[in-house]
Amino acid sequence: MNVIEASGLGKRYGSTWALRECTLAIPAGHVAALVGPNGAGKTTLLNLAVGLAAPSAGVVTVLGGRPAGSLAALDGIAFVAQDTPVYKNLSAADMLHLTRNLNRRFDQRYAEARLGELGIPLKRKAGRLSGGQQAQLALTLALARRPRLLLLDEPVAMLDPIARHDFMATVLLAAADDGVSVVLSSHVLTELERVADYLILMSRGRVQVAGEVDDLLASHRMLTGPAAETDLFASRPVVHVRRAEAQAHLMVRATAGDPVPPGWEAHPVGLEELALAYLREPAAAALPGPARGRGTQLSEVTK
Amino acid sequence: MTTLTIPARPEEDTSPRPVPWRRMAWVTWRQHRIALAGVAAVLGALAVCLWLVGLHVHHVYAAAIACRPAGSIGCSDLVYSFNGMDTFMTNGFVMDAVPALIGAFVGAPVLARELETGTFRYAWTQGFGRWRWTLGKLVPLAVVVAAAAGAFSVLLSWYYQPYIAAGNQALSLNEWSPLAGGLFPLRGVAFAAWTLAVFAIGALAGMLIRRIIPAIAATLAVYTGLTFAAGLYLRQHYLTPLVARNLLNPPSSAWIISQWWTKGGKFSFAGDPNADGMPRMNFLQQVCPHISLGPGSGKLSPTAVLQCFSQHGYAMLTSYQPASRFWPLQWIEGGWLLALSVLLIAATVWLVRRRAT
Repeated sequence: MNVIEASGLGKRYGSTWALRECTLAIPAGHVAALVGPNGAGKTTLLNLAVGLAAPSAGVVTVLGGRPAGSLAALDGIAFVAQDTPVYKNLSAADMLHLTRNLNRRFDQRYAEARLGELGIPLKRKAGRLSGGQQAQLALTLALARRPRLLLLDEPVAMLDPIARHDFMATVLLAAADDGVSVVLSSHVLTELERVADYLILMSRGRVQVAGEVDDLLASHRMLTGPAAETDLFASRPVVHVRRAEAQAHLMVRATAGDPVPPGWEAHPVGLEELALAYLREPAAAALPGPARGRGTQLSEVTK
Repeated sequence: MTTLTIPARPEEDTSPRPVPWRRMAWVTWRQHRIALAGVAAVLGALAVCLWLVGLHVHHVYAAAIACRPAGSIGCSDLVYSFNGMDTFMTNGFVMDAVPALIGAFVGAPVLARELETGTFRYAWTQGFGRWRWTLGKLVPLAVVVAAAAGAFSVLLSWYYQPYIAAGNQALSLNEWSPLAGGLFPLRGVAFAAWTLAVFAIGALAGMLIRRIIPAIAATLAVYTGLTFAAGLYLRQHYLTPLVARNLLNPPSSAWIISQWWTKGGKFSFAGDPNADGMPRMNFLQQVCPHISLGPGSGKLSPTAVLQCFSQHGYAMLTSYQPASRFWPLQWIEGGWLLALSVLLIAATVWLVRRRAT
């Protein structure tokens, strides 16, 4: 089952496409990271998936074919929006009560126990909680609904490192223990490896890379060799070229078994390195499916 | 680090039963109880004022009509005293603002606050569903503000009773038509209907404008336009006005819409609205110079004017709505306002369902 499935999905604001030609299938059971620079279309994609925005083109379904925003879809999805909005004039206890009344399932005991553990007083107005506490409150409300899919839009952007760590720990625990599928957007690349096992890289309103982290890492290599010889790779899918004096670093699509030319060294890549390489080459793409999924040729990326 | 785990989910369900409506009632109450308390406080304070002043008005009125012999100095004092109370509350325009203020301050923030603070991203992604959430908020709030306004207008009806009682005119007491512009919307079903309509306008404005203060301002502006349009142009056409020929001294309870003169069955000229529909002075002197006002000759006699103009082939026509049409006109006004409100609320729900960020 795919937790989010988009086909030809696009969203236009005025004359600007925030997202276009997005075809994507995120399988269940992953913690998927939606990565890209600001304005890449991450929030737009999440808003479309949760029904807060209506597509200008294409379709998006969730949880195995349910139309985004339908009652059946909302029943199984919990969404924590950017800046984790809560009603500032309501107490934490009221927020629990509110969420309980607005959903078919709500685990009051879990929610209360979690807030207790976090040291968030039930009586305190949400507006008087710290940013980290508000984020934790919003996450608690989302998890207590026992969703099958948890969508988080830039959940940790506003948090300090400790709050960020605690927040992600909670998310990962829910994913591990309950099998909640998670899709989270972030422009923070650090910690990505620890958190995500599925990567969707977006830039300029398009999906650039999508796939399981293990597969992506296994299919990319960093080659280092003499800068004069980069032409050797004219026929290989190169993602990104970085030159330093006489040496060139090439990120190519290759597995560990692929032959390495003489005078060159091959190294495995890290997730952050891979993401950065693609983000620096918005024209490169690595997408599943036979029709797409070719990196650009060397001739295009060497200037 | 937390050690809590989440219990297993129940069976997956692709077409879940919706969350029951009654659970939304608590949500609506919890989030809008302060606004509703504000409405109750304002109406309560006004009600106390109306009650105290109204008791006095009723008391003086009862004394004035019971006073014998009519025309004596004592009775004239009472009449003078009653007519002199024609201030503050009797000036209906103060009360005409009440439906607008209630409607705008309760209606406009319902959606505008969510959109302005971003909490709509919480509210509209809960399992209850966004259009159901909208309906579950707007309908109960609309019913409550309309009911509160309805109850308040019962008090207003009581308060204004002495001013519209038949027979006041004969006793030189002020008598207003129940159809008069400032008074008609305060009584019957109109007051509640206007409150409901402004609430609905506010809800839609909040959805469209997405900010509380501008939405309230827009709502009040739309209300002002609508209430003037209704009072000046629409209301008189709800039912075809009656037309009377050569009607002098129409009853005070009637709502005079226009007066004009004809000659040979054709429109000749409009009557002067400031002089009971009599011809304007320059024309009067032209047609009937002998009855024009000489120096110190006192008031012009309408009977004499009519007689003279009739001899010259003129007829005076008066179109009016009789007071007996109060309830039919009330139901018509209440009806279209209710229809408008339903339409606006439906449009708001549709927009929430359809239009997104």
